[in-house]
Amino acid sequence: MDAKNIVISAQDLTKQFGDFTAVDQITFEVYGGEIFGFLGANGAGKTTAMRMLCGLSKPSGGKASVAGFDIYREPEQIKRNIGYMSQKFSLYEDLTIKENIQFFGGIYGLSDRVLKEKSTDLIQQLGLAEHAHTLVGSLPLGWKQKLAFSVAIIHQPSIVFLDEPTGGVDPITRRQFWDLIYEAADQGITIFVTTHYMDEAEYCNRISMMVDGKIAALDSPTALKQEFAAETMDDVFFQLARQAKRKSD
Amino acid sequence: MGDIKWACTERLNSDPMVDVSVQNISKTYDEGTVKALSGISFEVEKGELFGIVGPDGAGKTTLFRILVTLLLADAGEAMVNGSDVVKDYKEIRSKVGYMPGKFSLYQDLSVEENLKFFASIFGTTVEENYHLVKDIYVQLEPFKRRRAGALSGGMKQKLALCCALIHRPEVLFLDEPTTGVDTVSRKEFWEMLKRLKSEGITILVSTPYMDEATLCERIALVQEGQIMSIDTPDGIIARYPDQLFAIKSDNMSGLLRDLRAHPEVASAFSFGEYHHITFTDKQKIAEGASSFLATLSHHNLEMHTITPTVEDCFIQLMSHDGR
Repeated sequence: MDAKNIVISAQDLTKQFGDFTAVDQITFEVYGGEIFGFLGANGAGKTTAMRMLCGLSKPSGGKASVAGFDIYREPEQIKRNIGYMSQKFSLYEDLTIKENIQFFGGIYGLSDRVLKEKSTDLIQQLGLAEHAHTLVGSLPLGWKQKLAFSVAIIHQPSIVFLDEPTGGVDPITRRQFWDLIYEAADQGITIFVTTHYMDEAEYCNRISMMVDGKIAALDSPTALKQEFAAETMDDVFFQLARQAKRKSD
Repeated sequence: MGDIKWACTERLNSDPMVDVSVQNISKTYDEGTVKALSGISFEVEKGELFGIVGPDGAGKTTLFRILVTLLLADAGEAMVNGSDVVKDYKEIRSKVGYMPGKFSLYQDLSVEENLKFFASIFGTTVEENYHLVKDIYVQLEPFKRRRAGALSGGMKQKLALCCALIHRPEVLFLDEPTTGVDTVSRKEFWEMLKRLKSEGITILVSTPYMDEATLCERIALVQEGQIMSIDTPDGIIARYPDQLFAIKSDNMSGLLRDLRAHPEVASAFSFGEYHHITFTDKQKIAEGASSFLATLSHHNLEMHTITPTVEDCFIQLMSHDGR
């Protein structure tokens, strides 16, 4: 984790829908190689904030830059320079493993030559050489996840956004997925992750907790537990989310 | 074959305490290539809160769809509230409440219209069973004229539960009601289930969240179409075969790598703040952990024995199945 290398910088970032303030002046920084947990109850504004940071939604106010690009002026650059993965949107089930890699690599603008090398290496690393021409739809969930994550970082982005990447996954596969996250972070890729599993909150270097559109707390898991005199992150979350005045949807 | 079937049905009907009975149910998709359920059996007692706990693809939805008569099994038999899921499917449909994992109400009817609609097709009125849904419905009331399709996720879920309850079902099937829901709302939802249970309604609920297992009276741990274990949560935990330890240091990812490579460590998995580990030689570790800790070059090492969680048990059972 490199505190001098700021990958996300948000200042008073705000999004309003009519008279409803979904995201209310949030200010925070995310550092290079950091695993940053972005938590909050349903309806707290996480998705809206994340959409702005990914260049998909224009803020109503405030400033932010992601991977060195301004979210107002350079949203297209942001999209090209970040990785994104969610459980819902990941791979094309009716394309093969190789086709998926080539498709996403192509979208991210990798040249044919680089892509050819990359896809061979990646398939090799994942131990999927025998299955390169298997349709993704028929793969076990654990394999799909690993592939989806690898594809999300195929263009070596400085940051990858993971939106509930482990929802509904069995406990062993869930932990294998976190091994991949650690590996990527070790290589210097910044991880921005949302989750409903509080044990996963413990695996993050720092955590922000959104309540009613604001960042109500931001620190390391250890410091947060101390601050809230809590045994577990579950308890920290509970204490914070309970303060919400906005009805959780 | 006919005799066996008769004997089986007779036995099931003879126990008035059993409300749901599943015998060797199997189901495949895509001409047998995808096994969704592989010969599973269990019984749920009247008034019990029974949890089906397992990840996506374990067969939870297939099982529920068979029990509420929306899908035919390839083999096996099942009874719900004294009726056979194949022969007596019509009776079952009027006696069960079903909340599917995917939102299935009428998007272009209002909140109020949906509830009235479900009450009337079951031949009852909202007023008659209002006490059952009151606690939940009061939260929806401010939006009662809003179209269901325009509700937020949490509100849709509450409306779906009301609609599944409004005819006062004997047996309630809830397929992953808390998936994607934050921990605070999940806690509220489970409080609601406890109240329904006190009304005498049998409840089958599925969940991928292992921590919710302890909120059920009994649970079945399911994985790849098979039941790995059925018992009370305490019973499942008591059957964990090893002594489990929690360990931590300054460098958790490095520690996990070192533990996995260590000859004395049988298993090592991360569990939030700690890693949970078991040892190959139980005797040796019982005599003293300090010699083991000395073999790890880590700072601020801390280790103590712990009681397994249901998730530890699930992992142990999965590993045991040869993964």
